[in-house]
Amino acid sequence: MPANFAPSAADYLRILPEIIMTVAGVLIMLLEGWLGENKKRNLSVQTFVAFAAALVSAVAANGNPGLSFSNMLIVDGFATFFRVLVIAVGILSLFSATQYLKREHAESSEYYALLLFSVTGQCIMATANELIMIFIGLEISSIATYVLAGYLRDDKRNNEAALKYFLLGSFATAFLLYGIAWIYGTTGSTNLSTIRIALLTPGSETNVILAGTAAALMFVGFAFKVSAAPFQIWAPDVYQGAPAPVTLFMSAGPKAAAFAVFLRVFMTAFGPITSRWEPFVWSSALLTMIIGNFAALMQTNIKRLLAYSSIANAGYVMVAIAADSQIGVAAAMFYLAAYAFMNIGAFAVVTHFSRQGEKFVNVEDLAGLGWKQPVTAALFSIFLLSLIGVPLTGGFFGKFYIFKAALDANLVWLTVLGLLNSAVAAYYYLRILVVMYMKEPGEATLSLQPVGVGIAATLWISAVGTLVLGIFPSVVLNFATASSALVK
Amino acid sequence: MTLLNVVIFLPLVAFLIILALPKDKPETIRVFSLVASLAVFVASLGLIGPVWSSAPGKFAIETNQSWIQSPAINYHVALDGISLWLVILSTLLTPICVLLSWRSIDKHIKQFFAFLLLLEFGLVGVFCALDFFLFFVFWEVSLVPMYFLIGVWGHERRIYSAVKFFLYTMAGSMLMLVGIIYLYNLAGTFDYTTILAGLQSGAITLSPVEQLWLFLAFFIAFAIKVPLFPLHTWLPDAHVEAPTAGSVMLASVMLKMGTYGLLRFSVPMFPNAARTCAGWIATLAIIGIVYGALVAMVQPNMKKLVAYSSVSHLGFVVLGIFSFTQQGFDGAVYQMLAHGISTGALFILVGFLYERRHSLEIGSYGGVATPAPWLSTAFMITMLASIGLPMLSNFIGEYLVLQGASLVYFRWTVFAALGVILSACYMLWLYQRVFFGKASEDLTHHMPDLGVREYAIIVPLILIMVWLGSYPQSFIPPISASNAILLGPLDARREIHVKSMPARPAPVLAAQGDLANAR
Repeated sequence: MPANFAPSAADYLRILPEIIMTVAGVLIMLLEGWLGENKKRNLSVQTFVAFAAALVSAVAANGNPGLSFSNMLIVDGFATFFRVLVIAVGILSLFSATQYLKREHAESSEYYALLLFSVTGQCIMATANELIMIFIGLEISSIATYVLAGYLRDDKRNNEAALKYFLLGSFATAFLLYGIAWIYGTTGSTNLSTIRIALLTPGSETNVILAGTAAALMFVGFAFKVSAAPFQIWAPDVYQGAPAPVTLFMSAGPKAAAFAVFLRVFMTAFGPITSRWEPFVWSSALLTMIIGNFAALMQTNIKRLLAYSSIANAGYVMVAIAADSQIGVAAAMFYLAAYAFMNIGAFAVVTHFSRQGEKFVNVEDLAGLGWKQPVTAALFSIFLLSLIGVPLTGGFFGKFYIFKAALDANLVWLTVLGLLNSAVAAYYYLRILVVMYMKEPGEATLSLQPVGVGIAATLWISAVGTLVLGIFPSVVLNFATASSALVK
Repeated sequence: MTLLNVVIFLPLVAFLIILALPKDKPETIRVFSLVASLAVFVASLGLIGPVWSSAPGKFAIETNQSWIQSPAINYHVALDGISLWLVILSTLLTPICVLLSWRSIDKHIKQFFAFLLLLEFGLVGVFCALDFFLFFVFWEVSLVPMYFLIGVWGHERRIYSAVKFFLYTMAGSMLMLVGIIYLYNLAGTFDYTTILAGLQSGAITLSPVEQLWLFLAFFIAFAIKVPLFPLHTWLPDAHVEAPTAGSVMLASVMLKMGTYGLLRFSVPMFPNAARTCAGWIATLAIIGIVYGALVAMVQPNMKKLVAYSSVSHLGFVVLGIFSFTQQGFDGAVYQMLAHGISTGALFILVGFLYERRHSLEIGSYGGVATPAPWLSTAFMITMLASIGLPMLSNFIGEYLVLQGASLVYFRWTVFAALGVILSACYMLWLYQRVFFGKASEDLTHHMPDLGVREYAIIVPLILIMVWLGSYPQSFIPPISASNAILLGPLDARREIHVKSMPARPAPVLAAQGDLANAR
């Protein structure tokens, strides 16, 4: 349709955040060449400005919601929620990365540019209304993240992590793409609403098996991205090997965006065939929680422990998806926000503590931190208590809301097993608390430097976010509830 | 801002202020904690008047404000005759624990006192909350400071005990959370009074199976906290390893969270299921009474002995509740208070001995009465109170429980009464081994008598023991009134239950019938 070919001003305003971040990313890469060695540090400031502008424009775009670019993108409450979330994650990981990069003598603009590109991809995923856009967004986000995972290219662990992530990730993406091809073949469209209508049309029964297959293939792709069982194997190795601030970013941003598309595709497009995919999500949720929590019990490396914890947390969100309801969607959204804060906070502590070359990444190294740096340890405790699910933290309310949705959907056994799982999880988080407060400080703690500005900002913002979500959840929850209707 | 809110939030404010105080001024921290906790105590005394003068048995000093809109969660707190005394018990013991830890806590002083006040916040809140979500919040919030109190300031095996304590309670709490959410999905509210009214009027209906599962979900959480045999294994560990103040708060107040929950929530809300399970639960309670006493008898460690005596005493409380009689309920609540004071005092006195000799083994004492006569006298009175000597606190509670239980299960009550005799055995034997005999020179050297601070701690408690034991009328009227309301619907339900299930008349119900005739 030629009349629609030229995008309107409103179209551009709706993707302004992505435009800002892309332009900023490119400019930053160019600037590096022009600026001398000693001015590179400022690039983090430019990155921050770009993120802040993107954040503002993402919020502003919500004032004028709607479809854009021939229905390829959609700006609605759901999209805005996730765009704001991933940009916030980008800002927090920027804060904690500056100090890290200086410490590792690896300051260069590529890191910032990649971070911007990755967040751009995630924003596209959040706004995508169409399978091809989802795929493009996913690829932009993933490729940037693959490179970030191997950012310190002289470090063996980084290389291993990047290679593993890349190979397995590409494999999973192929599944996703195959699923997209299949659904296109079945319904003749890649637009999510059109697919939904096609599946709802009477006489489409013959297509249900084909659509179900497509859903299964796409499930593989998404489950990989969110590290849900049985496609979670990559996560511990990659989280352990990647630089700490990258792990911080990976465990929050790309995961949230992947869940956003997961929710949108399965709730909107595959909503009519719920009964086909719900058992898979149900069992995957249970398996993810069990594998994540029980494997985490045995970890001694804190990055690996948090990786398994991140798997387990993906399991909780899967429970919300299995509930297949509006409350479920809202619960998943809320939990992802709470999870982003508490997990970023925890990884920021790891970034701070691990020191140059990430020497100190064992749980035991944290011994006595509670008395050496009481404030850092107290903030870390807030994150850990939130991960355990102690009331007055975002983690508790999120979990509470997820299991409320599950019980609403009559998933009684999943709820009981899930909550008992979180009692198991308490053990390994408590172990960190035990080490921090109940053991005598060792060499690792005694040689610890004070917290830098960037990490301190990340810690405080995350802690305040965790507590606010726990004590006054209404603001975020009401927004999530209102926008969940748009998906389901 | 009602007085009750002041009592709830003052400890939290004090907690935050202590965190902000400089850590190199321990004396300021101690004095501030003492002043703050005394202020809370004095404020809580002001709660007695309004509760006493309000309609008998009804909730007084109510605050009901929206906290979270959707799902509808309210900040709903109020007091009735049962919770009133438990709140005062908590606020009384906190300043005592501050005094108790004045010198014995010598590291991380700031954090210790901060956690003590945070614990008070959680405990007071638990007893006032009338919204299930709020109740759960306080329930879990009280867990965290106790975990740190045991884990950081405890004895050798503190870490194991702290983690065990946390995980045990957490597992139970999770089941309770399922129950709470399930109830919400049925009733559309977390409000206790609304749900209870709905259940009683039939506006909310539960199938027998639902009721049984819900009852069990709540019951297990509470039974772990009580602790009811065989879920008690965390208790001796936690008690022995905790610092004295931790043991006191744990035994005197925290265990009551469980029995309070049974009385307030489990029994009135799920009466039929409670009736169905009553036989089993009463059996477990009686086993707990006898088993706790027998195990206490052979303990070489004083703290462990007192811990097992708690298992035994708390068995009485559970037995009283599951007799579904007015006497049983009244006795249970009275026993909660009496046990709170007398066992708290026992832990304090054991703590005094430990401060002098740095040992909890009974074998390393003997003849303490010679160098420290006043300490021995205080221990004697407390011990007699714990045994249940008439005119002292525990007697009233145990008597009422036994009377209530004997109306329902007479034969079994004999075994429970055996527990009273056994408690005399283990306590007197303990006393004999520690305080009588000839004191070794080394011991005499380390055994000064009570100091001023120690008098200030123990004398008020002894006076309260005597008061509780000799003039129960100052405490019991509001308790009875509230219990009558909790118990009332249970009687009404009995007939419905019998009518709806004529094929299976449970033995408990028959006994209840006899009771009605006897009246």
